[in-house]
Amino acid sequence: MSSIDFINENVNWKNITPGGEIYEGGTADEFCTGDWRVDVPEFLAEKCKQCLLCTPVCPDAAIPVKDGKRLDFDFKHCKGCGICAKACPFGAIVMKKEEK
Amino acid sequence: MANFKEIMSRPERLTGGHRMCAGCGGTIAARNVLKALKPEDKAVIANATGCLEVSTFMYPYTAWKDSYIHNAFENAGATLSGAETAYNVLKKKGKINSTYKFIAFGGDGGTYDIGFQSLSGAMERNHDLVYVCYDNGAYMNTGIQRSSATPHFADTTTTPVGSVSTGKPQNRKDLAEIIASHHVPYVGQTTFIGNFSDLHSKAEKAIYTKGATFLNIMAPCPRGWRYATEDIMHVCKMAVETCYWPLFEVIDGKWVLNYKPKTKLPVEEFLKPQGRFKHLFKKGNEDLIAQFQKEVDERWEQLLRFCEE
Amino acid sequence: MAIRERLSGNEAVANAMRQINPDVMAAFPITPSTEIPQYFSAYVANGKVDTAFVPVESEHSAMSACIGSEASGARTLTATSSCGLALMWEELYIAASCRLPIALACVNRALSGPININCDHSDSMGARDTGWIQIYAENNQEAYDNFVQAYRISEHKDVRLPIMICQDGFITSHAVENITLLEDKEVKDFVGEFNPKEYLLNEDHSMAIGPYDTPAFYMEHKRQQAQAMMNAKKVILEVAADFEKLSCRKYGLFEEYKLDDAETAIVIIGSAAGTSKDAVDALRAQGKKVGLLKIRVFRPFPAEEIAQALKGCKAIAIMDRCESFNSQGGPLGAEVRAALYEAGATPKTVNYVYGIGGRDVRVENIEEVYKALDEIVAAGKVEEPYRYLSLRD
Repeated sequence: MSSIDFINENVNWKNITPGGEIYEGGTADEFCTGDWRVDVPEFLAEKCKQCLLCTPVCPDAAIPVKDGKRLDFDFKHCKGCGICAKACPFGAIVMKKEEK
Repeated sequence: MANFKEIMSRPERLTGGHRMCAGCGGTIAARNVLKALKPEDKAVIANATGCLEVSTFMYPYTAWKDSYIHNAFENAGATLSGAETAYNVLKKKGKINSTYKFIAFGGDGGTYDIGFQSLSGAMERNHDLVYVCYDNGAYMNTGIQRSSATPHFADTTTTPVGSVSTGKPQNRKDLAEIIASHHVPYVGQTTFIGNFSDLHSKAEKAIYTKGATFLNIMAPCPRGWRYATEDIMHVCKMAVETCYWPLFEVIDGKWVLNYKPKTKLPVEEFLKPQGRFKHLFKKGNEDLIAQFQKEVDERWEQLLRFCEE
Repeated sequence: MAIRERLSGNEAVANAMRQINPDVMAAFPITPSTEIPQYFSAYVANGKVDTAFVPVESEHSAMSACIGSEASGARTLTATSSCGLALMWEELYIAASCRLPIALACVNRALSGPININCDHSDSMGARDTGWIQIYAENNQEAYDNFVQAYRISEHKDVRLPIMICQDGFITSHAVENITLLEDKEVKDFVGEFNPKEYLLNEDHSMAIGPYDTPAFYMEHKRQQAQAMMNAKKVILEVAADFEKLSCRKYGLFEEYKLDDAETAIVIIGSAAGTSKDAVDALRAQGKKVGLLKIRVFRPFPAEEIAQALKGCKAIAIMDRCESFNSQGGPLGAEVRAALYEAGATPKTVNYVYGIGGRDVRVENIEEVYKALDEIVAAGKVEEPYRYLSLRD
């Protein structure tokens, strides 16, 4: 069982993990930061040359790369900072207002 | 070194879902350093208190895929020294089979200032670890107070520009040079440029060189530096092209310059996009920019001498 | 087979460390504990232990490295005194809240300022609320025995807390006394192998330690930590019972000396208890019903047991080798009085600050205290509940 399945604001002091330890990596992956966005990137796949220059600049690991090719954005984590759009030499990422 | 596409195809070791600000440079630094780890190797990460720590391990959410320890603000160097020592002993006793690498992350507050002694000790004892400073030039976590990494004249909350103040009155110290004077096997200074090959290759060297190594990564903070968040790559590029933040490494005591601009740009190109230097462009403050330029020039000339360029 | 030796307190503790053969020691020298890492470094240099010694650049880094090491799954220890312990302050809390069973040999010395290298308890007493188990010794034999028992207590699954084994600077640490050591193998078997369940270098899964803990969780973590300290009392007694089987030396939470029928008593910690026992013997020889309670375990504080042991007394002097500047007395005074109050026990109490900064404690000084207790019993009231002993007025 993952720690985040039972550690929430209802967990009592007897069942909380000692010292605040977590016995697995990457539990933050389950946390949504996508709703922080004001602007949202749009990935124009047809313009993308797969140079991957957009991928190291992302602070939120929100541009998944598989076998040397980028996929669409991970909108659960993308905060809409816009760095990737500026890094793209081919205009394959455009920033738009997030529609809520 | 693996090629760029291979590096970017490696599994993420710093996941999304952390609470760092949108566009944070510190996170870009940490994530890309971890990209240099071979996927088959395990790691123990130590983190000084700071933005990165409070935002990446907020109970029960850790953004770190690897084992991670936060102890306090001033002791990432010593904490990781202990972990690395434990590894050597347990490995010798046959209790551990895997290869572990040891990486500390600290901001300039936890590295240049309050954690300086602990870092110096870890370097001098030459533990087999990497200390990575993500240098954003102020105490950002507590709200943009000056540090010894803050550049001259920067407007911070403890060196505010006022009717009788032009920002931080002192210059910044060169930590990479100080750590190089510990005679550790590897020191690298880098930032975010192009496809990050400079950063990735330095991170790989730092991680896979035996002994204590140090990386100083300029990692802009959009809030503290007051530039448009999406412009981080431009700000980094200007830092390098003006020679404010040169890219170099010190390998077994030998200084190597990694990039020399064909035309060294005036320092205004670095200063102008940043709100913390806005006051320098007011009429009557031309001499302050000249002074800044002079300091950059002097340090650049010194670096060229070190590198025998 | 017991080994008869003549050792100083420091060498005795260093020997216990050698016999335990821990994984990592990180330490920085400070008088009067310096000899412990010195002796230990010699063991390392001569292959007598498998331990890695980390010669850190400060006590803050000593405890920081201990935390990194212990969290990685290595049995870890350190030694310090006085300002060294004070420099560790922040880290003491973190070691305890991370639930890391690090062992620390504390050689008690006065805190600056002014700087003073001699014995008092202001260093470890200042650390009394850091979440460390604290066990104090009267002499080198006890310091050794307590250290041998340390990891069995701290690493117990119901405890998982760091432990501080205290002895008096110079008086115990540097005085050479007869001592009985256990065989190396006896200690090794008694202490056992360290096999933590969760640690950073666990190859099966990653682990994260030291989170930012929001108000939604911090209090639950603290309550759980408090429970661990409560659990420690039972474990300390169980370990002491096992140790007695091995050594024929009996330990409890405290020692009662001629306390059963005592009308007046002293409560004291550390080497001055030995001096006080001589005073008790001398006064008993004169027919006076005097007794003594020597605290061994200060954290967890055995409040109910102490109140039970003292409830028959008419007047008690609580002896603090430490100031707390609360204008009421010292920390032991506050805690013993609270224990008596909770238990509804009604002896009169007086709190003495004594022996600080290495001020000598002699038998006649302690006899004065018993005399003062007689006066309190006669008067039926306490005029000055907060006093200094052997102070030039």
